[in-house]
Amino acid sequence: MSYSDGGRILLSGQHEGQASRFRGWVLLAVPLLAILFQVYVPLFFRFMSYLEMPLLVVVYFALLRRSQISGLLIGALVGLAQDSLSKNPLGMFGIVKTLVGYFAASVGVRLDVDNGLLRLFLAYFFFVFHQFFHWVMARALLGQQLTFELQQTLILGLLNAAVGVALFHFLDKLRESA
Amino acid sequence: MESFLNRYRNITVLLLVIFAQLVLLAVQVRNDQDVRMIRVWTVTAVTPMARVIEWMRGSSIGFVRDYIMLRDTHDENRRLQSEVDQLKLENNFLKNELNTAERGKALAVFQEHTPSKALAANVIGTGAGTNSKVVFVDRGSTAGVERGMAVVTPDGIVGTIIESYPTASEVLLITDPDFAAGVVTQKTQVRGTLKGQGTPLCKVDYVPFEEKVSVGDWFYTSGDDRVFPRGFPVGQVKAVRSAQPFKEILVEPSGMHRGLEDVLILIETVHQTVPNEQTASQPIYIAPAPPDAAAAAQPTQPVTGTEADRMRAQYKAIGDAQGHKFGEGAPGSKPPDFNLKPPAITGNQGAVAASPEPAKPLAQSPTVPPRPPAVGTRPPAPVSKPSDPAVAKPLAPAPGATPQPEPPDVPVSERPHNE
Repeated sequence: MSYSDGGRILLSGQHEGQASRFRGWVLLAVPLLAILFQVYVPLFFRFMSYLEMPLLVVVYFALLRRSQISGLLIGALVGLAQDSLSKNPLGMFGIVKTLVGYFAASVGVRLDVDNGLLRLFLAYFFFVFHQFFHWVMARALLGQQLTFELQQTLILGLLNAAVGVALFHFLDKLRESA
Repeated sequence: MESFLNRYRNITVLLLVIFAQLVLLAVQVRNDQDVRMIRVWTVTAVTPMARVIEWMRGSSIGFVRDYIMLRDTHDENRRLQSEVDQLKLENNFLKNELNTAERGKALAVFQEHTPSKALAANVIGTGAGTNSKVVFVDRGSTAGVERGMAVVTPDGIVGTIIESYPTASEVLLITDPDFAAGVVTQKTQVRGTLKGQGTPLCKVDYVPFEEKVSVGDWFYTSGDDRVFPRGFPVGQVKAVRSAQPFKEILVEPSGMHRGLEDVLILIETVHQTVPNEQTASQPIYIAPAPPDAAAAAQPTQPVTGTEADRMRAQYKAIGDAQGHKFGEGAPGSKPPDFNLKPPAITGNQGAVAASPEPAKPLAQSPTVPPRPPAVGTRPPAPVSKPSDPAVAKPLAPAPGATPQPEPPDVPVSERPHNE
């Protein structure tokens, strides 16, 4: 399941890792499907609402594209689209996923994102980061008195990380070979 | 700049995208006061800068105005101070002019009303002696001023002319130790001699200790010194000490109360009477008489006269009643019968008219002959008014004479008392 060479996680330089290339329809269809899943599937499976599929898609593309601009743009577009389908004001998920895409791309430049454990950890980390930063913004910008459920977030992070590793493996099939 | 953007391109794009979404978020979100967050953020971001800019602008303008323009302010301050000084001088000048005008007016009024012929003069200098109380006035012998003339003000005497020069005269003030004048008190007419002491107070000598002079009395000139005419105020008694053989009386001169700048020189003096009371300048209010008293005060006959006048009128009335004319009868002719009671006369008509009760027969009232009018009094009012209840009636006829018919309109109460 490991896609790295020799089991090395930390890359020596930015040009050591190769940026993965995707077809255009993949970059368009996968986020749309993730958003559609986020909107439609929980109607039938309530527990599926805890899966943050758009976030996992943003993390994946940002990690493998190894471009911070591409990552933050993907995050911004996916977040705004998600905001459009939610009751939140436009920009809440957009800002958070922009930051996630930017940092994920920054990490993908330095790390070997084909490592399975690393993918698990990054998915877990960015899920917690996403939830935490969304809570901060909701309190700071919207004035909402929300409570940050740390334990629930950590558990859901594990769930999303596990789903994310499987998703990433599936999406690897859609990469163009170099 | 381009290299800077290339180097920090990623973070710049990140910030731009986040900023754009923040703006988008702020446009949608409203705060508790239903104000869009973009307005709140904009105002919050702009007003501190505006406050800083305004503070810098105000400080700069204040610095320029308070320090750089200070020289102009100093010049303006000096100019205004000079203007204030000039206005103060003008104010003092106008006050002096007004004071002088008031004194001149008072002198003119006094000069117009005093019977003595006076010449107005201004004090132009004082004497050189340390203890001498003399002044110089601007009227001299060419104006008719002679040595020994009195110098007064509307408030009282000031002094006498001791030297007369062509254009000026020297006045010995009443406070000089060499000054003396005859004075008399207003109330008790006690005579004395006013003398100066070299102090603001003068003394009055030669007032016997048994005479009554008290503090507050006024002294007037007596005219005995042949300098000051009688009746000019001299001053008010401030202290009286009993001593032998004369009292020690200190008088505060009244002629120099309001300063000594304008005086009057009496060219020709006319004696006046010492007023019974102090001629205060304050008018005295006299209330009008009550209505009853006013009616009673209308004289219907002269109320003045002596006992001889009344007797003369009584005899005349008796003579008239008997057809006798005094001074025409030949010697030895029969005189009128003076034992008869006099006819009704108008002597008590005034009192009767003033009485609300009906007039009584004159036989029951005391007989009062009419008085002759006093000098200066008004002639008596007509006494034969039909409406007057106390109107005079014809005298009763002499014994043996035919009684005259009574007028039908005369009330019974007004019939002659001897009827």
